Amino acid sequence: MQRVGVFVCWCGSNIAGTVDVQAVSEALKNEPGVVFSANYQYMCSQAGQEMIKTAVKEHHLTGIVVCSCSPRMHEATFRKTAVAAGLNPYMVEIANIREQCSWVHKDVTAGTEKAIILGKAAIAKVNLNTPLTPGESPVTKRALVIGGGIAGIQTALDIADAGFPVDVVEKQPTIGGKMAQLDKTFPTLDCAACILTPKMVDVAQNDKIRIFSYSEVTDVRGFVGNFDVTIKKKARFVKEDVCTGCGACVEKCPMKKIPNEFNLGMDNRHAIYIPFAQAVPKVATIDPDACNMLKNGKCGICSKVCAAGAIDYKQKDEIIEETYGAIVVATGFNPISMEKFDEYAYSQSKDVITSLEFERLTNAAGPTAGMLVRPSDGKHPHTLVFVQCVGSRCESCAEKGKEYCSKICCMYTAKHAMLTRDKYPDTEVYVFYVDVRTPGKNFDEFYRRAVEEYGVKYVKGMVGKIVPEGDKLKVQASDLIANKQLHLDADLVVLAAAIEPDHSARPLATMLTASMDTNDFFTEAHPKLRPVESPTAGVFLSGTCQGPKDIPETVSQAGAAASKVIGLLVKDKLTGNPCVAIANELTCNGCSSCERVCPYGAISYLDKEFRMPDRTTKIRRVASVNPAVCQGCGACTVACPSGAMDLNGFMNNQIMAEVDAICK
Amino acid sequence: MQVTEYKPLIVAFCCNWCSYAGADLAGNNRLAYPADVKIIRVPCSCRVNPTFILRAFQRGADGVIICGCHPGDCHYTSGNYYTRRRMATLFSMLDFLGIERERTRVEWVSAAEGAKFAATMNEFAQKVAALGENKRLEDLRCKK
Repeated sequence: MQRVGVFVCWCGSNIAGTVDVQAVSEALKNEPGVVFSANYQYMCSQAGQEMIKTAVKEHHLTGIVVCSCSPRMHEATFRKTAVAAGLNPYMVEIANIREQCSWVHKDVTAGTEKAIILGKAAIAKVNLNTPLTPGESPVTKRALVIGGGIAGIQTALDIADAGFPVDVVEKQPTIGGKMAQLDKTFPTLDCAACILTPKMVDVAQNDKIRIFSYSEVTDVRGFVGNFDVTIKKKARFVKEDVCTGCGACVEKCPMKKIPNEFNLGMDNRHAIYIPFAQAVPKVATIDPDACNMLKNGKCGICSKVCAAGAIDYKQKDEIIEETYGAIVVATGFNPISMEKFDEYAYSQSKDVITSLEFERLTNAAGPTAGMLVRPSDGKHPHTLVFVQCVGSRCESCAEKGKEYCSKICCMYTAKHAMLTRDKYPDTEVYVFYVDVRTPGKNFDEFYRRAVEEYGVKYVKGMVGKIVPEGDKLKVQASDLIANKQLHLDADLVVLAAAIEPDHSARPLATMLTASMDTNDFFTEAHPKLRPVESPTAGVFLSGTCQGPKDIPETVSQAGAAASKVIGLLVKDKLTGNPCVAIANELTCNGCSSCERVCPYGAISYLDKEFRMPDRTTKIRRVASVNPAVCQGCGACTVACPSGAMDLNGFMNNQIMAEVDAICK
Repeated sequence: MQVTEYKPLIVAFCCNWCSYAGADLAGNNRLAYPADVKIIRVPCSCRVNPTFILRAFQRGADGVIICGCHPGDCHYTSGNYYTRRRMATLFSMLDFLGIERERTRVEWVSAAEGAKFAATMNEFAQKVAALGENKRLEDLRCKK
């Protein structure tokens, strides 16, 4: 039997107002195990805590019940008090008589009665408490960053800066992500490549960072501090360490009509290719779907022209297994498909393009070397129409687009419009918008410059229909301010397509047991206070995988994620939660029911030798819980048909005792 | 003979992450519900063993409600799905034994739904009170 001390808190008048605290502490005095009962104005104050410590010493208490506010509020406080008094922190139970009693009941008699019952339940539970010690698990001092865009690059550089090894997994043949495709960046108009490519080189040259390009994460097991990750390095049919990136193979490759993904299909590449000049790693990759040698065994030119002898047609996918202490998700975004928005004639005319295609079209390294021309006939466009919110903020058209605001479109459209007017003053530029949203440093000034200095015509209203007619695009739109219909003959239409998380995100979330919202954005552990952590311990979020954001925001979030990772990796050991499942080997019959319901794979089976009463030994299969993996949900305790599974801190007999105390 | 007003006894199991926090929020916002509702904290709604519920009814509880995170929001990813299936089976068995369906309930209450918690408890307590005392499963040996 425990020696229990009961401490009833007044919480000023918060509890004492509706609960007769004196009566509660008197009534609880006679409960089994209780040797001391008192009440005080503020139990959580220094004086209140001192009172608990003194009582523990004077009355040799082994268990503490505090009747106070919610355990979510002060359980940690009173556990610390218990430790200071020389008790195990898990010998404390809280009876929630504020949030769940005094604050919701007006009647003093009913409130006091309920507070007594809640106190009795807590006493019944603490009588069955046992001291618990959290387990420790080592931390592998290595981080994995999934995604090699600006978010992943920045996170990797910051972690490596602190001296920890980092691996970056990128599914494309090069790192760089979406930012590598951009022309200029708002609101300063510095060129994306000029600020990104030095960072890409930094990543490549950093001896703490390994890049697994053209690779995918295929399996994640384990837990915070010790994730066992399987990475599939796809065969690129070129030896990465031998290839010099000279490009001789690319020049000679006869298969040259393959749509170039990097330029969004606006020009062609060869079957062997380097995505762009500053690619990191700068090595060639053979597209197995396009290469004649790989498909039919005929050709082999690249192998002949490669002076370094880097071509290897027999290369196989490589499986890499590595252990990491922390994982950062930086899987980024994609513009949504324009298939469902056929009113804008995207599929009917080459001159209706998305904003990302426009970026490539105006990029000096793009398919037209930066000349703004119509993709259909190569002519210079005179009238340009930008359509905002294509698929964004689609409340009524959720099946087509997205309900959220994509956040970056207002600013990049202002940038596109401004740059067009700057370079080609003969053009007329219209922007159709629902709202212009420019919260950000120097953002609104930037937008106003586009309107006031560059004469971009902003029209509030939506474009209803675009019809290609001859070499013109007939744009029908409404001007909501002038309250009239507009008919424009445009030469080029640019659609600000909504952005969505990359499609690789959902299967990855399943592997990581990280949660996602309905839009497939990763959910943060707390929207305000833990914005870069996933609810799954050891998994962190960086960049647009968590929600739409621009480059400055992405970079700051990447740095924040890195600092959280560093904070984890500097620890030598992690203390776990001791409230984990335990198996009673004597009653377990090895049926596997618990293993099937465990969401974390924390239960495995051991063949154990047991001494039988007749002095023989018998080997039986029994469940064994890995305390570092178990999160303590208790699903197994209910699934177990023999009642062998129990949960520390919430034992079967403890909850039963609470039920008994309440139903008396 | 003195007639005392009938007060039902209701046991509410609340998961630590969503519903217990929702109950706290109801408190923070001073949203009243009957004092007949007594809350037991469990890590996850899937920790609630059917034997706890049977025991509560045996000892004279008039209603038992289990609150967990909304489907898809479980802190432990899938715990509330187990609850949903287990309780569907248990409640139909209890119904067969004579414990009316209105006395048992599973409700999803998130940490942000203080108002829903209070409304649910008010409504549930009212329904249970209308049914009167639970005599069907009450075990006198359990009740000292």
